[in-house]
Amino acid sequence: MTRKGIIDEAMRVVLLCAGLASLSIVVLIGLFILRESLPAFHEIGVWNLLSGKEWRPGQGQFGLLPMIAGSGLVTLGAICLGLPLALCCGIFLAEIAPTWIRVVVRPSIELLAGIPSVVYGLFGLVVLVPAVRQIDYPGNAGFGLLSASIVLAVMILPTIASVSEVAIRSVPDEYRQGALALGSTRWEMIRRVVLPAARSGILSAVVLGLGRALGETIAMIMVIGNSVMMPTTMGGPLPGIFLSRARTLTGNIAVEMSYATGLHSSALFATGVVLFVLIMIVNSAARALMSRNVRGGRP
Amino acid sequence: MTAGGARRTAWQNCVFALFWLSGITAMAVMLAVVGYVMVKGIPEFSIDFFTTSPRGGLSGEGGIASTIVTTAYLVVMTMAIAAPLGTAAGIYLVEYAGNSRNRVATAFLKLSRFGIETLAGVPSIIFGLFGYALFVTAMHFGFSLLSAALAGACLVLPVVVRTAEEAFKSVPDAYREASLSLGATRWETIWKVVLPSATPGLTTGIILGVGRILSETAVFYVTLGGSCRTPTSIFSSGRTMALHVYYLAMETRAFDKAMATGAVLVILIIFVNLAINAVSKRLSAGGNRS
Repeated sequence: MTRKGIIDEAMRVVLLCAGLASLSIVVLIGLFILRESLPAFHEIGVWNLLSGKEWRPGQGQFGLLPMIAGSGLVTLGAICLGLPLALCCGIFLAEIAPTWIRVVVRPSIELLAGIPSVVYGLFGLVVLVPAVRQIDYPGNAGFGLLSASIVLAVMILPTIASVSEVAIRSVPDEYRQGALALGSTRWEMIRRVVLPAARSGILSAVVLGLGRALGETIAMIMVIGNSVMMPTTMGGPLPGIFLSRARTLTGNIAVEMSYATGLHSSALFATGVVLFVLIMIVNSAARALMSRNVRGGRP
Repeated sequence: MTAGGARRTAWQNCVFALFWLSGITAMAVMLAVVGYVMVKGIPEFSIDFFTTSPRGGLSGEGGIASTIVTTAYLVVMTMAIAAPLGTAAGIYLVEYAGNSRNRVATAFLKLSRFGIETLAGVPSIIFGLFGYALFVTAMHFGFSLLSAALAGACLVLPVVVRTAEEAFKSVPDAYREASLSLGATRWETIWKVVLPSATPGLTTGIILGVGRILSETAVFYVTLGGSCRTPTSIFSSGRTMALHVYYLAMETRAFDKAMATGAVLVILIIFVNLAINAVSKRLSAGGNRS
């Protein structure tokens, strides 16, 4: 074999190793977290972990339900507040806004998607928490699900708006021209033709936003109060639950990781597994919806 | 125009007004956050702020000098690990596995793509969890730049591999065929032809990774420790600027300093975005030439 041939073969092996290393990192992360969480699943039991309402590591009580409720409620709140605004913003930018607005707004939305979450958390801590504290409600401290939902809504806004805008713009112009030629107004064209055609892209924008909401850590620690109690309405009407302090699954890991040992540490890994499974469920649910849509969309 | 047409137009005007309103609201909300941080933060800038290190303790006194140094070290270390590894993996996936009819290679390609997709959707705290357990505890690196850089590399690797893959895929096959037909080996083709053509795309990936490291907090919160001293070795603990914002906000009442540090971060992210735009402009200019 010539020298060139040897180099060629050697580089192929080196690059293969790099590919394998990248892949093995994925496998390694999965295996490692599963292995570390096994003692918790084994000793505490999957059902007790998922349905236990008490999280007292000192007394050997490891119930994740308060954190699951916290993550779920804060995501729900963020979606309720942020999703309509974000989608309208995406539609506005793609179909309605004049070019000069689009030219200015699109880069700034991209920028906002890259702003560190700690900056959003800081804003929440300094501005939103004192504002929420003004609401006259028993037990309201400002820190809680409402503040966290607002922060999260602002954080997912740029993600959902920009991805859904791209999805809407990728609808072929022939669709629009066809609808207009048939005599529909521009709004009818958007509602009946463009939005249905862009549905799968819009859905993936929502999934991305959901994933970001469920996975957010630092901003949540800063404004949600980090209480390990089940969120309650504190004796008031149901919406009052959003004034309750809570803790997210992500926050549970971050806050306690550095001093946890033994079963406690393992329970935190189990928290990570639960979080991961939750995100996987959201993703695959959305993927299932999307594939159904693609099949329906192909006449 | 018929009565029905007039009604439909009126309806459209109502709906469009609503869309204008929501577009403006969304922009206002997002700008309010950034604007507030900038307005509160920038007046705190001074020579002292950038040249002295945080004094620690509860007062939040001092500047951000050591956090700038730590951030720079961490960005360089992380990218030194992630960029070569991710680029090499991207080359393999596109140039070898992608063209291969070998069933093992195709399976590898599919598996890698699935793995990278999955990894990209994993919340960053999971990388923190992994990094803490493996690098900080099991490998005894402690809370250190090394642990944080390794965990950070895992975090940005999917971004780098993905953009590298895109960059290599966008190099026209004619380039490769021309090079191979001139008698170059496969590696020579990659090194002398494909890699130079893919450079702008690769650069975008690396800048994206840098932005990710600048703004990441959760991973470094559980791997970097949070000492406010300037790191002296790769085993030193430290705090990045983002982490400094967190500590200032949560452990001291120095919100003005936190805002100022946040403003520095926002400005850095603006530069990162400008750099990406500049590179991708060059990318499209290059595309027109070919």
